[in-house]
Amino acid sequence: MKALLRAAVLALWCGAAVAAIEELEFQNPEQEQRYQQLIDVMRCPMCLNSNLSGSDAPIAADLRAEIRAQILEGKTDEEIVDFMKARYGDFILYRPPLNRVTALLWFGPLVLLALGFVVARRMLTQQPAKGGSEETLSQEESARLQELLRDEDVSKS
Amino acid sequence: MSNRSKLFIPAAFFLVMLGLLFYGLGRDPSHVPSALVNRPLPEFSKPALFDENQNISSDQLRDGIFIVNVWATWCPPCHVEHPYLLEISKREKDVNFVGVNYKDDVKAAREFLEQRGNPFKFNLVDLDGRLGIDLGVAGAPETFIVDATGTIRYRHVGVIDNKVWAETFEPILAQIR
Repeated sequence: MKALLRAAVLALWCGAAVAAIEELEFQNPEQEQRYQQLIDVMRCPMCLNSNLSGSDAPIAADLRAEIRAQILEGKTDEEIVDFMKARYGDFILYRPPLNRVTALLWFGPLVLLALGFVVARRMLTQQPAKGGSEETLSQEESARLQELLRDEDVSKS
Repeated sequence: MSNRSKLFIPAAFFLVMLGLLFYGLGRDPSHVPSALVNRPLPEFSKPALFDENQNISSDQLRDGIFIVNVWATWCPPCHVEHPYLLEISKREKDVNFVGVNYKDDVKAAREFLEQRGNPFKFNLVDLDGRLGIDLGVAGAPETFIVDATGTIRYRHVGVIDNKVWAETFEPILAQIR
């Protein structure tokens, strides 16, 4: 059991260490930086929750090579992103673009937060007024209360 | 609205959220919508699997319905679906099957089809996976339905068997026939 566990941990560790280490040549550091940035913001089409830089799936390697080739060809970042979007859709981008379909995703949490504030405000402002009217006894009522309490004391003793 | 019915607002809200989340739970997160559906099949010219000197181009895939299957011998699910493709291609005479041998050893691919049967009318080689990228492929097997106008109508990720064919492919083919 212990050996199995150790093997499993070791296997995980190896996978993490091997992921996406590639020797790459660029003409200048600026290109390399653009490359790094692009593979960080793009998602691997196969592994769902990993970006291109963090994935060792074959398709991720191919797409990295494609991005690198296009940078060397002199394509702009925008052209490269459009190229990927034409083939893999918005899915390829980790940061979803703002459009009709994704509006709920972007603004939903803000709407819920605003709603929470409105509800909290109403609850806080209404409570004391309501409570005050109910809890304060008129003079007559407090006299009656005193009377009742006295009666009880008398009956007990 | 009376004060009493207001008390049910949080409960109603909770139920709506519950419904939404439950719906989300039932969806397959690995299902990725294809950007290429309803778009033309990308243009290509690739060497034929059985004759390297000859190229097969996208222009040849006209006049008819095409099923473009991306496969490789290194892909175990492709081995699983192969007998189904053989059977289906024999049955569906009006559909042209196209095999894109994806990032594979060409010799192994030839032997595979020679030994186990060739379901494809056209066999082409995508050695570097460039056509795969143009098709928006994430791996193999993936299968595309292309209609007579050269438009991609559907992308299927994973194995095709008789059930998938009957439930997913047949209805789409019925529409475009």
